[in-house]
Parts: sequence; C-alpha cells; structure tokens
Amino acid sequence: MKVNWEGREYTFEKAMLVSRLLDELEVSAEAHLVVANNRLVTEDHKLGADDNVKVIRVISGG
Amino acid sequence: MKCRICGQPASINLRSHKTAFCETDFLHFFERRVRTTIRKYRLVGKDDRPVVAVSGGKDSLSLWYLLSRMGIAADGIYVDLGIGDYSRVSLEKIKAVADRLGRKVFIFHVRDIFQMGIGEVARAIRRVPCSACGMIKRYVMNRVCMDRGYNLLLTGHNLDDEAAALFGNVLYWKKEYLWRKDIVLEEKEGHLSRKAKPFFLCSEREVAAYAIISGIDYIYEECPFSKGAKTLTYKGILGRLEESSPGTKLMFIKGYLNELRQMKMHDEAAGEAKEVIYCETCGYPTLGGQCGFCWTLKKLGLSYRVEFEEYG
Repeated sequence: MKVNWEGREYTFEKAMLVSRLLDELEVSAEAHLVVANNRLVTEDHKLGADDNVKVIRVISGG
Repeated sequence: MKCRICGQPASINLRSHKTAFCETDFLHFFERRVRTTIRKYRLVGKDDRPVVAVSGGKDSLSLWYLLSRMGIAADGIYVDLGIGDYSRVSLEKIKAVADRLGRKVFIFHVRDIFQMGIGEVARAIRRVPCSACGMIKRYVMNRVCMDRGYNLLLTGHNLDDEAAALFGNVLYWKKEYLWRKDIVLEEKEGHLSRKAKPFFLCSEREVAAYAIISGIDYIYEECPFSKGAKTLTYKGILGRLEESSPGTKLMFIKGYLNELRQMKMHDEAAGEAKEVIYCETCGYPTLGGQCGFCWTLKKLGLSYRVEFEEYG
C-alpha cells in the first residue's frame, strides 16, 4: 500500500490495521486522521495491500 | 467499528463522546453540535451582520462553509502577513471558498501598510512574530467590523486552541489573560465589535474531519513562524492526557466556562465594571495612551493608514 504522510510517500507490502500503521509511523491517533481510498477510516479498519492511504495531522499552531 | 446511527462501517471514532459515526452521520452530528452551541450561548442573532476571520486553515474555512450551510450569510476577512508562499497559498484557498459560497472577502496586506512582512515588523518592535501577528490581526479585523458595519466577528478557534491557551495561562499564572477568554466577548459601543467562537467546544480533530469530508481545500502547511511555538507543546501534552482519559479537554474548558460565568455574575452583582481606556490616535481599546497598532506604525515612522482590498 502507498501511504502519504507529511508530503512523503511510504510503501508497505502487507495489509494492516490503521492502528498498526500509526504505530509504525510513531504518530498519535488523537492527533491524526487516516483517509483510505478517499474515505476517512477508524483505527480498527484493515488497510489492504493495494490501498492508497493518506495520514493527516490535525493539530496546528493556532 | 460501526456508525452509531446507521450501523455502516464508521469513519471517525469520537472517544470523548463514546461514539463513532460514518461520514454522513458525522456531518449531521457536527453541524448539530455547532448549531446547539450557537443557540445556547446566543452567538449569532437574527439581526446580526457577521464576518468571519479567515486564515486559509481548516478551522476558519470550515466555519465559513458551515455557517453558509446554516443559512448564516457572512463575508470574510483575511490578513495577508506577507510570508511568501505560505500567505499566497492561504489566500488562494480563501478565494476558492469565497467563490464557492458567493461571498466577499476583505484582504489586508501587511506589506502594503508596514512596508515589510510580519517577521520584519516583529523584529522592529522586538516582539515574537506570533505576538505581533495577533496584535495586528485583532486590530485589523475589528477595524473592518467598525468601518464596514459588521457587528459580529466570528473566529474558528477550537477546543484544542482554547484548552492550550488556558493551560498556558494557568501554568504561568498569567492572571491578566486567565479570565479574558470566553465563547463570546461583548461589544464596546463604537470601539469594539462583538466576537464569538462557534467551534469553542469542538475538538481540532472533529473540525479537521468536517473539513476533509466536506471537501474543503485548506492550507495544510503550518505557518513557518509557529515552529517551536509553546501552543504546539501544550497541545501535545493535552493530547496525551486525552488519549489516556478521553473527554479531559472538554471537561477542562467546560469547567472554565462555568467558573467564568460565576465570576462574571459575582462581578455584575458587586457592580464591578472595569474602566476602559481608548487609543488617543484611533479610539481602539488599550492599556495606555496608544494602542499596539498605532504605536507600531509610529515606531516605524509611518502614518496611520488601514486599507483593504476587496475580493468577490
């Protein structure tokens, strides 16, 4: 799967849960949202090997 | 995880509300919450003429869009800080939303008035950029309201912004700021417009989800001057607390609002009204002879001038 995060692209070979992906990237679930194939998904959603994923930081300087 | 309303796969899990929603039902939930906040705290009335402070970020653009969906017609105000591509892209996003909503936006160019960008202005007056930016934005936005007949300024400040600011004020016991924050700040006749924050009780995560689902194209990049800002550190700390104890931020802010209400009731009962001083140059409320905006212009050897470009 292709994962876009902070303007960089990462490739993961295997399917995995969103929560696992966030752990791999070492980012907090509270401060990020995940969009898979143009739909927001929760931490227990299983990402497929062919999915297009975007990890979005939600916290800004204010 | 399933949507609490329709049972379809959920798109967002809201731990602080102990619930989860699909995209469609989240939009309904979020808009209902904001509508309830507006009604409960009487943020926008039938006769109000509101204007939204827009930055190009998710919060202000979502607020502008949501108000339009609620039938609240509002124009926008943008302060172009003169920060290269960051300011240029922000303005592009704002113009796109203005076009989508069919609304006008007032644009104040810091470089036109101060002959330099916000970074140089801050250096010249020996303040950090965020402080100079806040001072200029507050002034300019109020000026638009006063000059163009808007009686209500709406901002996209969210629960995380307010919790982080409150956390900082408590941590350093900044008593001069501690009790100033509120969901609505009343007008001062002829000097200061009323201000309200409809997202006061909505988390930043909820607002971001609303923007994404609604297809609002906002500027994702951070302001270059916010790097290392204390606000981000406080948000990180509060975020960790929220993860271990969902609902903490909401309780923190709701508790503050309750305390503030009691304090204001006590002050009113005791007849304690604070005296307000106005700037001798422009009439803006200030602590001493001149307000920060006029003082800055004078310091830079510039005469008083506030002009806006209008788009839309």
